[in-house]
Amino acid sequence: MTEFLQTGLTAHYNYWIYIILMLIGLWAMMAKVNLIKKIIGMNIFQTAIILFYVSIGAKKGGTIPILEHAPGHGHEYIMDAALYINPLPHVLMLTAIVVSVATLGVALALALKTYREHKTLDEDEILSHLSE
Amino acid sequence: MKKLAFVTILLLGIVLMAITADFPRWGDPLSPASTYLSPHFIEKTMEETSVPNIVTAVLGDYRGYDTMFETTVVFCAGAACFFILGSFGREEDDKIRYFRHRDTGVVLKVQPHGTRPSSRADFERIDPTWTPYDFIISRVAGLMIPFIQLFGLYVVAHGHHSPGGGFQGGVILAASFLLLALSHNMRTLSARISNKVLGLMSASGVLIYAGWGALALAFGGNFLDYSVLGVLLGLDPIAARSMGIMIVEIGVALTVMSTMIIIYNNVASLGAYDEGL
Repeated sequence: MTEFLQTGLTAHYNYWIYIILMLIGLWAMMAKVNLIKKIIGMNIFQTAIILFYVSIGAKKGGTIPILEHAPGHGHEYIMDAALYINPLPHVLMLTAIVVSVATLGVALALALKTYREHKTLDEDEILSHLSE
Repeated sequence: MKKLAFVTILLLGIVLMAITADFPRWGDPLSPASTYLSPHFIEKTMEETSVPNIVTAVLGDYRGYDTMFETTVVFCAGAACFFILGSFGREEDDKIRYFRHRDTGVVLKVQPHGTRPSSRADFERIDPTWTPYDFIISRVAGLMIPFIQLFGLYVVAHGHHSPGGGFQGGVILAASFLLLALSHNMRTLSARISNKVLGLMSASGVLIYAGWGALALAFGGNFLDYSVLGVLLGLDPIAARSMGIMIVEIGVALTVMSTMIIIYNNVASLGAYDEGL
């Protein structure tokens, strides 16, 4: 147990941060009754996933995945895989960020529509309206 | 319900934290994610596409399908916002309306089915999207907007050599338009760029992307294989891939920009951007 905690705190603490962040988002989505708070929870959840992916791509001693010019005045580039961090998670998350904004927009539109219909954003009240 | 949620989350948290023991250390260069495909991208991108920004090359070329459908998702989100919130058909003329004279500040109250002021230049309508005119805010925003747009275009165009590209540049361009809507009011924005134009731009961005990819079919290549389009552009196949990425990035920027503005317009005005459109 102590060994697990030690490796966790020294080598895997980044994953623990994302797990806690993800659980905060999940908690908001499950336990909160206000629809806007649920949407905010969804966004926190998405942020946790984005951070998780970006941290997978990290390499000790690596720089951003844009090729750098070799020393001198030539047009040569340094192309050593150990010097650059993994570009793939960055590509995936680049699109995921924009898509998360788009889903946020649609979610807010649905919440607004619900509010116009029921005059409340409280989930329990909406359910009691619907069952009447 | 809260107790159930708490127990579920506690259990999930314990399971996930236990799993992390098998995960690679943070920043481990030999982690599985960085060993198979990533070295190929880093070492071969320059040779195959002549784009120094590996993220742009992977986004526009190697994973072109993914990006094309992400762009489609963004377009669909804009369309969904429009269809969920949009109020179709003419607005009912059964409400009391207010019109403010621009020069004197006198506000007219118009009864239902009453005569409205005819001059749009002298009178402005007071409704939830109306904001009072503020000299400092509108002037400072007016100074900033052109530079924000210039920066947005730079980010789109310079995505091959520095952090940037269609998604980022598109969002920056959208931010400049939203600043106009926030600092003046939404009617000023829709007078400059109407919702119809935004919808067309959003669709044409996806069309540019998919059309450019489909054009490769006509030249005997695979879908989204830009290298065969070098014949059309007068470039060698590798430079054509670089140029192809540029063109699809422009399509992405158009879609992202107009969709962000559409979402803002619909959500901020509850879909009631009726007058002057």
